[in-house]
Amino acid sequence: MGFNKVYKSAKDACEGIESGMTLLVGGFGLCGIPENCIAELVEKKINNLTCISNNAGVDDFGLGLLLQGKQVKKMISSYVGENAEFERQMLSGELEVELIPQGTLATRCMAAGYGMPAVYTPAGVGTEVAEGKEVREFNGKKYLMEMAFDADFAIVKAWKGDAMGNLVFRSTARNFNPMMAMAGKITIAEVEELVPLGELNPDHIHTPGIYVHRIFQGEKFEKRIEQRTVRQKI
Amino acid sequence: MAWDKIGIAKRIAQEVQDGTYVNLGIGIPTLVANYIPEGMEVELQSENGILGMGPFPFEGEEDADLINAGKQTVTLRPGSSIFDSAMSFGMIRAQKVDLTILGAMEVSENGDIANWKVPGKMVKGMGGAMDLVASAKNIIVAMQHCDKAGNSKLLPQCSLPLTGIQCIKKVVTDLGVFDIRDGAFHLVELAPDVTLEEVVAKTAGKLVV
Repeated sequence: MGFNKVYKSAKDACEGIESGMTLLVGGFGLCGIPENCIAELVEKKINNLTCISNNAGVDDFGLGLLLQGKQVKKMISSYVGENAEFERQMLSGELEVELIPQGTLATRCMAAGYGMPAVYTPAGVGTEVAEGKEVREFNGKKYLMEMAFDADFAIVKAWKGDAMGNLVFRSTARNFNPMMAMAGKITIAEVEELVPLGELNPDHIHTPGIYVHRIFQGEKFEKRIEQRTVRQKI
Repeated sequence: MAWDKIGIAKRIAQEVQDGTYVNLGIGIPTLVANYIPEGMEVELQSENGILGMGPFPFEGEEDADLINAGKQTVTLRPGSSIFDSAMSFGMIRAQKVDLTILGAMEVSENGDIANWKVPGKMVKGMGGAMDLVASAKNIIVAMQHCDKAGNSKLLPQCSLPLTGIQCIKKVVTDLGVFDIRDGAFHLVELAPDVTLEEVVAKTAGKLVV
């Protein structure tokens, strides 16, 4: 009885994700991606997935792993193509790609989590992004109506979490994770550290547990760096 | 000698005001951070969720959880803050960010910009560029005056798919500084040793001298 949100592994937490479903996948580049759930989806060998994620990973990491196995039917992203297999599948028509502005992507998640069917944003007015969309003028400026996302599952990654599903993110690994957590019909959170109830300061929680249905501590986090840039000590 | 990339970045740095929030795009705009005058306080916004972005980390101090919008490892300055992507674009849309500096493939005399897609070539996406140009109060474009084939990138109208319309206020190229208003490029300043004749010859859009 009770809430029972804690799962013991990615395999258990990803129960019910099936071929043909739409998934929101957190992360920006390779930063803050749900590595353990992605590995499990590869293992499950499900396909025809629609993935909503800002980026599509690299050839051998992140969502690139799902692309390698031809498990993705459609990507909805703002910036893609950091990997060769993605490019090949896109150009050959095997993979459908819908490119949308980054802020629009974030806001369509936010709208879902806030219970709003649509939002108005000026991003894309006068461009091909506006094709087929309602344009409305407010105070002399044009805006596009953008619909809230409707996804079966959201898969996110947090730094710390507790059994109630409360989440705390670390640094820029926060990115799309909080609003995707809010937008899933079922939200799965993988955390680096599952802490006892009461350890997280309620004032410091980024995502309240009401938005999180399943939580587990990831087995391992590689946390790969996409562009290692440094400066020399003088 | 026309300006090189560093010259363009140094010239744009002169446009940055003390006590402002600035978003820098990838490429030449990123270099601008290195030339902001000493003693000036400028807070850099990175649209993946940072205000108060600092320089690259020292070797061995990289943090996989701390990157900029170009996915490069960075640091935070004292007084910085971290937020999610919805809030990041919220502050951009609400015009809290004072200045956006970004690159372009083409700019038109009425301030349209094209910088995300070349038909027939691999399209990587617009990232945050469409959100930034649709909302920013002040936008400066940093780019070469002509493409590699020698064609002007300052045009009567853009030929490539647009990123945003009637939004660019100023363009700094290797040849000079141009304000965009009233449907024309207004020459503000020539780069060192660049002649007016050269600028006239290489500007396809309407030029006011």
